Amino acid sequence: MARKRLMHAIHEAFVEEMERDERVVIFGEDVEISLFGDTAGLADRFGQMRVRNTPICENVMTGMAAGAAAAGYRPVCHLMFGNFIYTGFDAIANQVSKLRYMTAGQIKLPLVYFAVYGGGRSASAQHSDVMYPALMNLGGIKVAVPGTPADAKGLLKSAIRDDSPVVFLITGGRTGAAGEVPDGEHLVPLGEADIKHEGTDVTLVAMSGMVAPALVAAQELAKEGVSVELVDPRCVVPLDEDAILRSVCKTGRLVIVDEARDMCSAASHISAIAADKAFESLKAPIRRVTVPDVAIPYAPVLEKHILPNKDTIAEAVRAVVNYRKQ
Amino acid sequence: MTKPRTEGANLPADKLAELYRTMRLIRDFEESMIKFQKAGELPGPVHLCIGQEAVATGICDHLDDTDYIASTHRGHGHFIAKGGDPALMMAEVFGRVDGICQGKGGSMHAADFSKGILGANGIVAGGVGLATGAAYACQLAGKGQVSVVFFGDGAAAQGVISEALNVASLWKLPLLLVCENNGYSEFSPYNTVNAGEIADRGAAFKVPSIQVDGNDMVTMWRTARTAVERARAGEGPTLIEAQTYRHRGHVEYEDTFLTKPYRSEEEVEAWKAKDPLPRFRDYLVSGELVPSEDLDAIDADTASIIRNAADFARNSPWPEPGDALKHMF
Ligand SMILES: Cc1ncc(C[n+]2csc(CCOP(=O)(O)OP(=O)(O)O)c2C)c(N)n1
Ligand SMILES: [Mg+2]
Repeated sequence: MARKRLMHAIHEAFVEEMERDERVVIFGEDVEISLFGDTAGLADRFGQMRVRNTPICENVMTGMAAGAAAAGYRPVCHLMFGNFIYTGFDAIANQVSKLRYMTAGQIKLPLVYFAVYGGGRSASAQHSDVMYPALMNLGGIKVAVPGTPADAKGLLKSAIRDDSPVVFLITGGRTGAAGEVPDGEHLVPLGEADIKHEGTDVTLVAMSGMVAPALVAAQELAKEGVSVELVDPRCVVPLDEDAILRSVCKTGRLVIVDEARDMCSAASHISAIAADKAFESLKAPIRRVTVPDVAIPYAPVLEKHILPNKDTIAEAVRAVVNYRKQ
Repeated sequence: MTKPRTEGANLPADKLAELYRTMRLIRDFEESMIKFQKAGELPGPVHLCIGQEAVATGICDHLDDTDYIASTHRGHGHFIAKGGDPALMMAEVFGRVDGICQGKGGSMHAADFSKGILGANGIVAGGVGLATGAAYACQLAGKGQVSVVFFGDGAAAQGVISEALNVASLWKLPLLLVCENNGYSEFSPYNTVNAGEIADRGAAFKVPSIQVDGNDMVTMWRTARTAVERARAGEGPTLIEAQTYRHRGHVEYEDTFLTKPYRSEEEVEAWKAKDPLPRFRDYLVSGELVPSEDLDAIDADTASIIRNAADFARNSPWPEPGDALKHMF
C-alpha cells in the first residue's frame, strides 16, 4: 500500500496496461502534454503512434475508437472534459452502444472513453455536467465512476481489458485527492460494489465524487449514534443491485447521493430498484440527495447551493432515520 | 483563397481613433484580468485575447446591435468590440449579481442579447451553429442584418465548420465565419492539428475566403467591410482567416498544471514585436493620422473605464443562493 493521488493511480494503470498489451493505444486532445497529468510522459515512453494528440474533433474521435476497437486494438479515447462526450455523442449512442448487439455479438468493442466531469470548480454549465445518466440509458455501455485512487486504478485496468465499451469518469473536483493504493497488480471488477463504511441503521449509496463527503457524513453521524452503511457501487453500469439490496434489507432505510440532476439520475434508478425489490424491508421513504434540474451555475455561492455536501447528506440520513409513519 | 488588397489610409481620423479606443479598451480589460486572476479574485478560468484585439475590433466595427455575433471561450474582446459593457462583463467574471448573466455564466458564457451578442462559449465551435441559425433569421427578416461567428484554428478541425460552410453557401446566408488563427489549439501547434490552410477550405463550398494579417488593424477592418457588405447585399457568406497570436497562455493558470513549455520564448517575443496595439498606434502617429496626445487621452479614458468596472464588479454582491434555481425555462 502507498498513498497516491487519484491521477497518479490512473497514470499507473495506463502505464501498466500499455506495457502489458501493445494493442492499448491512447488518443485525444493534448494527451501528449496532458492537462490532468494522467497521460503525462506516456508519449515519451510508448511513442507517438500509441499516445497521440488529435485535433479537436470529438465527433470523429468517438467513432475512431469504435473502428480501431473493431479492428483489433484496445483504444482509450480521451475526451478531456465529460461535456465533450456530448460533442462526440453520435458515435457513442448510435454506433458503439449498439454494434455488438446489432451484429449479434460478432464484434468485440474493447474501448474506453475517458473523461473528467462534474461541478464544484466554477467551470460553469458546459464544463460541469454529470453525464452518466444519459450514458446509462443507452444500454450497451459500461460506466465506471470510481471515487478513490485504488478503485480508479483497479477499474481502469479492468475497463481497458474489457471487451465491451466502457466510459470511465473521474470527478474534476477530486483529481488531486489521495488515498491508499495496493501495490502490484490491482484489478477491480466492473460492476462490483464496495462497502466503504459498515453500518446497520441506514444504507447510504454514494458514487464517484460523492463517496468522500458521504464518508465524512457517515463518520459524523456515527458520533450521533446513527450507524450508516456506505455502499459505493463503483460502476453505474453494470450496477451491483445485489449489494445495494442486501444492505437495504439489512438496514431498512435508503439514502442515495448522486451529483447528477435528479431526473432520471443514477439515484432515481437505484431508488426505483429498491422500491421494487426491497419494498417489504423499507421502514421509511427512500431519499435522494441530487442536484436540482438546472444547469450548473458559475458563481461559487450558486454552485454550492445546488451540489450535495456532507451536511445535506447527513440531513437526509437523519430525516430517514427519524421518520415515523403518521 | 484571396490575399487582401493593401490600400492607402483613407479612413477618417475619428474612425481610426475609435478603432484604437476599442483595441485599447479590450487590452486594458484583459490586463486587469491577469491581475485579478493572480489575486484569486476570479472564481473560474479566463482565456485572454491579448494580442488578438484587432480581429474583434476590425470585424465588429461594421456591426450594430441588430447584427449578431457568436463568440468563443476567448471572448472578452468580441463582447467589448460588439458594444457590450465591460463593467457588466467584469462583474460576471467576478461571479456577481450585477454581472451580465447575474453570475450564472462567468467568462465562458458572457452574453448580451440586447446587443446581438449570442455569447461566449465553453464548447469549441459551439457558436458555429448558433451564428448560422442567426444568419438564417437575418435572411428571413430581410432587413440586411448579418451574423458573425468567431472560432479558433483549433475549432477549425470540428466538423460543424464544414457543415456551416455548406449550408451557408447553399442558402446564401449573411454569415461571416471568422477564424482567429493564433497558431495554437490549446497546447498543440497549428500544423499538428490542421492539415492545409483554413482559408483554403471555403473554396470547396464556393465560399469566398481570405487569409489576412489579423494583427494589422486597417487590413482587418477593410477585409471585414467587404465581407459584411457582401452579406448585407444578400451575396452570401465569407470565410476570413485572421492570422494572429495570443500573448498569454491558453488559460490564465496554465503554469500551475503544465509540466513543460509548448512554445518557445523566442516565438512569443517575435510575435510580441508584431503586437497589433503599438503597431496601430505607431501607424497612426507616424503617419500623422491621429495626434499622439489624442491617443494618450484615449488611454487615460479606457484605463478609467476599466478601473470603474473593477470597482463596480468588486462592490457588487454575490447572487442569492436560491437564484440558482431560477431561469431554467
Ligand atoms: C468541444 C470541445 N472540445 C474541447 C474543448 C477544450 N478546449 C477548450 S479551448 C481548446 C482549444 C481551442 O483552440 P482554438 O479554437 O484555436 O482557440 P484558442 O484557444 O486558440 O483561442 C480546447 C481543446 C472544448 N472546450 N470544447
Ligand atoms: Mg487557436
